[in-house]
Amino acid sequence: MNLGVQIYNTDILIIGAGAAGCYSALTLHEKSDCKVILVDKANIRRSGCLAGGINALNGYINKGDTPDSYVDYVKKDSQGIVREDLLITMAEKIEEVTRKIESMGLPILKDENGNYIPRGRRGIRINGENIKPILARSVRRAENVIVMNKVNMIDYIIRDGRVIGAYGFMVNLRVFVVIYAKAVICATGGAAGLYLPKHWSFSRHKIWYCPFNTGAGYAMGIRAGAEMTTFEMRFIALRCKDTISPTGTIAGGLNVRQVNKTGEEYAEKYKSSTPGRLFATIQENLKGKGPCYLETKGISEDQEQDLFKAYFNMSIAQPVKWLENDTGPAKENVEIEGTEPYIVGGHAASGYWVDTGRGTTLKGLYAAGDVVGGSPKKYVPGCFAEGLIASVSALEYIKSVPDPEPDMDEIIKTKEGLERYFDNPETDLTIEDLELMMQDVMDKKAGGISENYIIYQNKLLEAEKEIVRLSELVETLKASTMHDLLFIHEVKDRLLVCRALIAHILARKESRWYCYLNNADYPNQDDQNWLKYVNSVYKDGKFNIIYRELVGRDEIYEHKDITG
Amino acid sequence: MSIKILQDKCIGCGKCVDICPGNLLELGVNGKVEMMYPKDCWGCAACLKECTQEALLYYIGEDMGGKGGYLVAKDKVDTIDFIYVRGEKKVKFTVNRKTASQY
Repeated sequence: MNLGVQIYNTDILIIGAGAAGCYSALTLHEKSDCKVILVDKANIRRSGCLAGGINALNGYINKGDTPDSYVDYVKKDSQGIVREDLLITMAEKIEEVTRKIESMGLPILKDENGNYIPRGRRGIRINGENIKPILARSVRRAENVIVMNKVNMIDYIIRDGRVIGAYGFMVNLRVFVVIYAKAVICATGGAAGLYLPKHWSFSRHKIWYCPFNTGAGYAMGIRAGAEMTTFEMRFIALRCKDTISPTGTIAGGLNVRQVNKTGEEYAEKYKSSTPGRLFATIQENLKGKGPCYLETKGISEDQEQDLFKAYFNMSIAQPVKWLENDTGPAKENVEIEGTEPYIVGGHAASGYWVDTGRGTTLKGLYAAGDVVGGSPKKYVPGCFAEGLIASVSALEYIKSVPDPEPDMDEIIKTKEGLERYFDNPETDLTIEDLELMMQDVMDKKAGGISENYIIYQNKLLEAEKEIVRLSELVETLKASTMHDLLFIHEVKDRLLVCRALIAHILARKESRWYCYLNNADYPNQDDQNWLKYVNSVYKDGKFNIIYRELVGRDEIYEHKDITG
Repeated sequence: MSIKILQDKCIGCGKCVDICPGNLLELGVNGKVEMMYPKDCWGCAACLKECTQEALLYYIGEDMGGKGGYLVAKDKVDTIDFIYVRGEKKVKFTVNRKTASQY
């Protein structure tokens, strides 16, 4: 198959139109007249994590807390492995970005004095069913921003050590897309679909993180030799069983108890720790005291109706499941369970290694949101804040950068690299099977659900070999449609993220963050030796590990000793 | 969970095709929308809210406790009516986008 070619030129290219990408675009509009292209592989109005909506802005700093106390909390919850410079610069912008999203039309619940109503200590209650359409509407009004929907970016364009754009293709048209830019902001989100989910058959995509976030931003950076950090810190959510709906709506909203099957409140000791609450639940199951529940039985009819409506407003599967089974939270407790692990820098700390201005180790490439490492618990407001910070840095950078010139030889070569998948002969191996094989390896040999998240070094070494083998098999896959080409790239990116994850776990010889990194061979947390970052740079098919010292709150971190 | 398209109600406007965050829907040769990858649906319901014809049905799979019921949505800008149907059972929830979540 021959693909058509479209070539674009812009000042700043933003990849991914989620919370971070949209906020970057809005900031670039407010602060400059520069030309911006914002690409998304779906439609900006409902793409990514926020497609269905949200009902809280977690990570908001309520009265009584300060940016400093927020950083203290995240540092404690993440057991020391954070970038305090990133967290504090993010936390200091939370108020500004929250006021801004409210001014765009996001309904935030307020008390009679006009103050935001907290949800838990570090969140506020919102009605965010249409948070994406609200963001999209504001971006559409920014005349210097062009939104390109249904374009999937696959690799950065690099010249003389600088990122000068990206290659991609249209998801529904046979077109190869080339976008040259003076600077690129990566805001693609994290990676779901690495591990086998609980329901691996029909409902395989009923998972916590958006299944269409396939780690593309990470993989593009890894392939280009960007330094990455903390991929050994997986994130595992504690959610309502089957529907994977948020538990905070019930736990935070109704203040009910979290109990085991005997009605005992088991997680008290871990109340303030996100990974601790998950760990406690897994422990109850292992002790035979599971399943575990949120104790909703006996709530009032009004409260039940409120819960139905709250879930209809952002997580529809939950009320439909109740209706299908002629039940509801007043009649039955809501069972909770852990999800499969993800790599996501908005909750855990995995992602690009950046300077304080969110510049990656590749010149001209900035990052914001879930792809950025070192700043966990950023949630939606933190992604906005990072979008703001990254775009201000990118604006400064492009002042001294010339317009990139197209390189037609490289364009044709890259396009032919894509067309090759259409020319591959038919094989028995389907894209779907290959993805399932990857998820199965990760589940059984890299600490998935079936292993209660415990990692054994000997199994992990086997997983490493198998993931490398599967990565080679990707190149034999045949594409018949542009969708096939998309799916091939998604599994290819996921496999590379799996490899990074394994390389990082092998490099951190301790356990930390409870289930996120539960190393059977090194079962203890070892602060004496491991209060440092595990970073990596991928070169010539190998992950080279770099250990770096912790960065403090008052430091302005700059890249000085870039290796690779 | 996933989506079914009522072929007699679908007018082929393509709004759901355009909005799906997974690019899972396509316009078929007959001018009606088809769900190409039912197992890849995240269940976000973006398409459901986009459809003006109530041609899309949302359902959950048997593997996670589905019993054959379905949900349709009518988007009325400030509110959304969700109607759940299973056999004789029919329940309507009117959800106000701006006030539904009090928790």
